Amino acid sequence: MSASAQDAAGKVSKVSTDSSGLLSRLARKLQSRWRTIVIVIPFVWLLLFFLAPFFIVAKISLAELKIASPPFTNMLDWSGDGFPKIRLIFDNFVYLWEDSLYFRTYLNSIKIAAISTFICLLFGYPIAYGIVRSGPVTKQLLLFAVILPFWTSFLLRVYAWMGLLADQGTINNLLIWVGLIDEPIRMLYNEFAVYVGIVYTYMPFMILPLYANMEKLDSTLNEAAADLGSKPSNTFFKVTLPLTMPGIIAGSLLVFIPATGEYVIPDLLGGGNVLMIGRLLYNEFSANTDWPLAAAVAIVLLLLLVLPMTIYQYYQGKATEA
Amino acid sequence: MAAEPSTNDTPWLVADAEPLIRIKGVSKKFGDFTAVNNVNLDIYQGELFCLLGGSGCGKTTLLRMLAGFETPTSGQIIIDGVDMSDVPPYERPTNMMFQSYALFPHMSVEKNVAFGLKQDKVPKDEIAERVHNILKLVELEDFKARKPQQLSGGQRQRVALARALVKEPKVLLLDEPLAALDKKLREQTQFELANIQEEVGVTFVVVTHDQEEAMTLSTRIAVMDKGEFQQIGTPTEIYEFPDNRFVADFIGSANIVEGKVVENDADHVLVSTDLGDIYIDHGQPTTKGSRVWVAIRPEKIQLSKEAPKKAAPNQIAGKVDDIGYLGGMSIYLVRLENGEIVDVTTPNLLRPKNKSQGITWEDDVYLSWEPSSAMLLNK
Amino acid sequence: MYNNRSKFLTLMLTLGMIFFYVPILMLIIYSFNYSRIVPVWGGWSVRWYEVLFKSEEVWNAVVLSLQIGVINATFATILGTLAGLAMVRFGRFKGRTLFGGMLVAPLVMPEVITGLSLLVMFITLKQLIGWPAERGFTTITIAHITFSLAYVAVIVQARLTGMGETLEEAALDLGAKPFRVLTFITLPRLAPGMAAGWLLAFTLSLDDLVISSFVTGPGANTLPILIFSRIRTGLRPDINALATIIILFVAACVAIAALIMFQQQRRARRDEQIASQGTL
Repeated sequence: MSASAQDAAGKVSKVSTDSSGLLSRLARKLQSRWRTIVIVIPFVWLLLFFLAPFFIVAKISLAELKIASPPFTNMLDWSGDGFPKIRLIFDNFVYLWEDSLYFRTYLNSIKIAAISTFICLLFGYPIAYGIVRSGPVTKQLLLFAVILPFWTSFLLRVYAWMGLLADQGTINNLLIWVGLIDEPIRMLYNEFAVYVGIVYTYMPFMILPLYANMEKLDSTLNEAAADLGSKPSNTFFKVTLPLTMPGIIAGSLLVFIPATGEYVIPDLLGGGNVLMIGRLLYNEFSANTDWPLAAAVAIVLLLLLVLPMTIYQYYQGKATEA
Repeated sequence: MAAEPSTNDTPWLVADAEPLIRIKGVSKKFGDFTAVNNVNLDIYQGELFCLLGGSGCGKTTLLRMLAGFETPTSGQIIIDGVDMSDVPPYERPTNMMFQSYALFPHMSVEKNVAFGLKQDKVPKDEIAERVHNILKLVELEDFKARKPQQLSGGQRQRVALARALVKEPKVLLLDEPLAALDKKLREQTQFELANIQEEVGVTFVVVTHDQEEAMTLSTRIAVMDKGEFQQIGTPTEIYEFPDNRFVADFIGSANIVEGKVVENDADHVLVSTDLGDIYIDHGQPTTKGSRVWVAIRPEKIQLSKEAPKKAAPNQIAGKVDDIGYLGGMSIYLVRLENGEIVDVTTPNLLRPKNKSQGITWEDDVYLSWEPSSAMLLNK
Repeated sequence: MYNNRSKFLTLMLTLGMIFFYVPILMLIIYSFNYSRIVPVWGGWSVRWYEVLFKSEEVWNAVVLSLQIGVINATFATILGTLAGLAMVRFGRFKGRTLFGGMLVAPLVMPEVITGLSLLVMFITLKQLIGWPAERGFTTITIAHITFSLAYVAVIVQARLTGMGETLEEAALDLGAKPFRVLTFITLPRLAPGMAAGWLLAFTLSLDDLVISSFVTGPGANTLPILIFSRIRTGLRPDINALATIIILFVAACVAIAALIMFQQQRRARRDEQIASQGTL
């Protein structure tokens, strides 16, 4: 076999294994210009306003606090003999490590986010399963009922719980009226309130991926398991649960990641009493105007969440492929 | 005199045989819709029984009631002497092969097959041995580590069969077992399935819409329509002695013509129809003057260009309207003088000497059939 | 037996719905409370609605939020649709993985991080090119577009994947140039998805507090910023009234949109029925 023939064969197989489809191949050949524009506009936007800012944050986290506007030093120092000297200051990160407040706050944020995620899963799973098992009209209505709070204001849904949990709030009033308690129970401005708030506001993020996953499940698999002698509980653990794992992971990460950095809920429902990193970051930034430290806090938080975010993207891709 | 039928092959003819499955007056309603309407059926040990019918005829619902996925609205199902009314699917002595195969996508072939045995708490080494044996039977030993997604359609079908068979059920229920395979593979698998059934000796109940499949596989067939049995019988009985027009038309094809009984003697019946008087030489219960239908299978009609030498009953003249050449045989649509079209099929026994056909379009032809070939249908 | 919900699932659904809606219901009921102290019932009244309508501060915030919301939704829908098309219909291209990552990340990124990074970006831009000169309307809108477009892209991608490519291939086969295929076949079929994306982007913008708080400047108070500054110190009856109006407004919009979609589905089903009867 001659070299050129081998070449040609290689080319042929290359073309036939190209899976991008007739449409995209023709599109590529015929008009490549508008296609480039379609990609470039959102791409550049995201590069400029989503990706680039992170690098600037990283840069500032290595700068020093300065009483000025903006309140940080430039790490390119032009003073001296005319050559720029790069001054990297890891003080902010050292400070984060040494001050136990930050360490405890990160840990506490992860703890609260993890426990909230677990509670969301515990209640969200049967709710999602219940929706899947409903009749077609009920299913639409229930799905709508789950999505609706997601569209209505997050802030106001948190506010609603302030009214319920306050010392003079609806729940305490009700319990006193029924006679179960004499003194109001303290439910607002503590960790309990933060759990309630996170579970309440993030529950749809758990239910929806689970629902999407369960909806695709072939119900004959359950019948097959029963037919082979498996009791319903066993079928759940051996068939349903493993097959809904992608939904469980996607939903859990969709709750866990934003909950870790949550600011509004610990601020409104936790008062000053619950340590969470989002709130600490905001305070460093606005109250103390220590931007380099706030940036360092953000970078560490980001590093903590990179792994879960990567996993989420993997499962998100998996879900859209299926 | 015919020999006494052997009890092994035709248990339904044995007077005091105990059926393995008894379906007694079973109905199933979904809201206003009656899927299965008061059916009675006995199926015997070792049978390969087919439920045959079009979509929506109730065959799958009946199968699902046997498996326990649907509860009868009324009536009773007894399997091996036990009333199944309160027995959940996971405690029934039946196993099912699903139309979609319903293989667990997160388990390997081996795990899929072992799943049912694990539920029964079978000892580990026995599971391994039985899984090995059944995979050998369906020739899938080399694929035991693969996931279902990594198998071809035919291989998946065999995994589904192995998974259901390995539990050694009293009854194996098969829902359209071959529907997902392409034609060539389907024909080949039909015989494999029948061979495996013979080997393991398990009673098979097969649901299918494919009459060819039913004819090849079964010991007996129940033809279903609108939730009721139209006829239950062996493939030959159903094809050659249909009970009614539905069965005659549904199984194979038939030229059906309405008529009136003009003579009703012990040895023959004469029916007056649009095709002239039809002479049927085997007596069938009917009464003179009643409205009946006569069905004649296309392959039982002789076609010739020459007029028959002597006048006899069951002869008629026509003109070839259309020809369908299928290779092994040809279909002729013959237009009669009164405008009616009759289907005739003729095997192409000889290779033509030149490329032209013997009989061609617009030829004048004569049709005739034996007095025993026409079937008299009362409804 | 196997297609129905068990009692346990029904119970969980019921509890779930109570959990979802009772807090909102209580919020709405207490907005009609005469009493100044929110949880103490002082009889039915609409006085807090009157207080609300007289407040110029609230009106300004409403107008600002609606303006930002509409501009954001429009731009986010355009950008998000382009991004969705690029991801689903253009096969492989350089930087696709990075692009896909940037489209998913805003959905899960903690808001404090997005907010802080956008703020420092705006400051850097001002130092480099002098724009944006002031933080406020423009910076909030840009920030909102950035995270909203990711949500739109998700919806558009889902719809594009669901639609398949057959119709586009048919159009190409009949001689339409790719650009015409896009404008005459793909975009019209994508319209419902784009509408849903617009609505989502609009409500997301109307709802955002954290990112807006970071990138806003003096005087630019969106509605959530205003509400947040008032409720940090505790319950306020006029906020209950405002919340009621917002929640009912958004719920009505979403319900109407859902109803339209439901009607379309029903029409499609009816068409199918007619078609199947026609063949009999």
